Amino acid sequence: MSNEIEVPELGSVGLLRYGWRQLTSMRTALILLLLLGVASIPGSLVPQRTQNPIQVGEYFKNSPELAKWMDRFSLFDVYGSPWFSAIYILLFISLIGCVLPRTFEHFHAARALPPVTPKNLDRMEHFSTWSSQGDELDKARAWFKSKRFRVLEKDGSISAEKGFMRETGNLFFHLALILVLLGISFSSLFGMRGMAIINVGERFVNTTTSYDSLKLGKLFNENNLPDFALTVDKFTAKYNVVTSAPEDYTLDITFAADDFNKTEKRTIKVNSPLKLGDTSIYLQANGYSPVVTVRDSKGNVALQGPVPFLPQDGNLRSIGAIKVPDADPQIGFVGSFVPTYSRSGTDGAVSVFPEALDPRLLLAAWLGDLGLDSGVPQSVYRIDTSKMNQVGLKSLKPGETFTYPQGSITFEGYLQWVNIEIVNDPGKNYALLGSIVAILGLLASLFTRRRRIWIRVGKSVEVAGLAKNAAPGLESEMADFVAMLKGEK
Amino acid sequence: MSRTWAYLSNYLVYSSMAVYTLSFIAHAIETAWAVRVTTEDSKKNMDYKRTEKVARIATAMMILGFVLLFVGVVARGVSAGRVPWGNMYEFSITGALAFSGAYLVALRKYDLRWLGLLVSIAVLLTLGTAVAVLYRPSAPLVPALKSTWLVIHVSAAIISGGVFLLANAIAAAYLYLDAMESRGERTAWAKRLPSLEVLDQLSYRLVAFVFPLWTFAVIAGAIWAESAWGRYWGWDPKETWAFITWVAYAAYLHARVTVGWRGRKAAWLCLFAGSTFLFNYVYINVWGTGKHTYSGL
Repeated sequence: MSNEIEVPELGSVGLLRYGWRQLTSMRTALILLLLLGVASIPGSLVPQRTQNPIQVGEYFKNSPELAKWMDRFSLFDVYGSPWFSAIYILLFISLIGCVLPRTFEHFHAARALPPVTPKNLDRMEHFSTWSSQGDELDKARAWFKSKRFRVLEKDGSISAEKGFMRETGNLFFHLALILVLLGISFSSLFGMRGMAIINVGERFVNTTTSYDSLKLGKLFNENNLPDFALTVDKFTAKYNVVTSAPEDYTLDITFAADDFNKTEKRTIKVNSPLKLGDTSIYLQANGYSPVVTVRDSKGNVALQGPVPFLPQDGNLRSIGAIKVPDADPQIGFVGSFVPTYSRSGTDGAVSVFPEALDPRLLLAAWLGDLGLDSGVPQSVYRIDTSKMNQVGLKSLKPGETFTYPQGSITFEGYLQWVNIEIVNDPGKNYALLGSIVAILGLLASLFTRRRRIWIRVGKSVEVAGLAKNAAPGLESEMADFVAMLKGEK
Repeated sequence: MSRTWAYLSNYLVYSSMAVYTLSFIAHAIETAWAVRVTTEDSKKNMDYKRTEKVARIATAMMILGFVLLFVGVVARGVSAGRVPWGNMYEFSITGALAFSGAYLVALRKYDLRWLGLLVSIAVLLTLGTAVAVLYRPSAPLVPALKSTWLVIHVSAAIISGGVFLLANAIAAAYLYLDAMESRGERTAWAKRLPSLEVLDQLSYRLVAFVFPLWTFAVIAGAIWAESAWGRYWGWDPKETWAFITWVAYAAYLHARVTVGWRGRKAAWLCLFAGSTFLFNYVYINVWGTGKHTYSGL
């Protein structure tokens, strides 16, 4: 195979070099940068699995063929997709290829002296000349020194340069962006993120099995989960009486770390998570768990306890499912919990306030096969009623019981639940440091002007200046300089 | 007590609209009533001396409108006992304030009075939409917004937005005049507008000045998101579009400084970048989903 195409060794190296030059050229970097912006757009218009898995599911339900094709192009996981990654990885390679050589160059340039004063100053910008008084060179030297110019003095002339911070800031900005990216990658490799729903009064022990959902970084070691347990003592939600909008959430817990012997009371609020080293515990959501007792026809208890329901609107109308797989035949209840009950002509039972002022549990009882043994994972909040028959509908107040031929269910009351998120993010401080350096670098770079000023003193004084990138402001600086030399200031 | 302040705020916002309208009319008169100079050498030029007085009135009204709106925004904050940045009505009146403020600040340094007509129209449209469509009674903040970062993040974002839009208006003026010049001479009224080069430089300088602030707004948002939502970056639609705006302006700055884009190409890129900001504000707030949408806009 290698005999068929004879590529000279130098040629392939040349090709690589050509490719590298293309990749690290400013034009490519610019195209990649714009491409990154354009590539981020679809993820903001199409629902993403990481943020809105339910809406993604609806896409698949409503137009499965289209959704399948969209999924092939990772349109539901844009920011983790191969094509998105390809763009930003290429961009960062291009950035590194551009910034590193410039860093070395700048390092050398910063230690070098400014170039010698050009012969024909009258060809430069901001040129002016007048007859000498004799002391201009001394004055200029002092002026340059006070303004911290770097100077080269030779043969009755001074060449002065200032504004290296522009490139220094620029390089720091770009290097800091690399640090941000490294911080983010570090977190995704070594971090973890998990959610758990806990009823008020219950205890959570930090082991992998306690979580409802848990994502571990590829290199996260399960043994690194910090040892702690927490008990939810009290959850207080305050709502606006007029708008039902939440005004405050406060979660009081009893926290036990390390040896579980010492406990302390702690409070978690929305904007103040509980910090434990690299790990933070957030209060993310809350809702109601109706407490029920299900009995069979002989009066034996088949199920007892709180069942978390999922809030559907701002007034916490919540839906859920109560499954009793141990009953024979199996029983399931599709339920709806309204904390403050009211009837609406169009929607039936609705909640008019998020606090439990007049709670109701509305149930539809189903008999048959819950389908739990089919192997297909099921939502705990829904019931697949395809192999079941409805045996009754009922609205219950706390303490009331609904009796049907095969048994009964009692609505004992309700508990509040909270959803806590536990996050270990070891790279975030690097990302933060990178961001701060990036801003400082950006400020230094955008607000520094690089310029050179020359003066030659013979019989007459000649001065001239040059601003890089045609940055403004040199004109007034030259005017100051000349006025100072002439003794007008 | 809080109700009195809320009513006061509403009156002030309405009054500022009336004053901005006066400013708009004065700007319009200034542009329309200037007379043609008949002398041979300056043929086809306009004489703005005749309308100088009304131009001064226009600027004075703009300043008065700004002051009234400023007090109106402050009163709104007092009525709710917090910074006035809790919903889109409040963002809009503060955004209009920032936009006319950016214009007035730039006016001190550059001769931008020709832009006043456009600025007063934009401010009136924003305030009109805010009052007619977006108005919500003054209310306390939802828990996620109760943070010092609200002040830092939102003020940085609103000021950046005001300056971005001003740079956009100037870039648009550039493109308009550029098209006019490529057809021939500028029409008489357009002659007093600055040269294309000045406009080009001005929109660049505004962007270069405010880009670090926008970067800061995004980073401050990330720090806040870390404490409120448990992650500093989650590709929420608002975050995504803030990122797109950042990338677009970064591309604009690179294109100018490193590749040397000037004039038409740069102006188009500036307009594109600014429109990503507007899209983020209007579309994502109203129709978007995600964590930045709070109940009732």
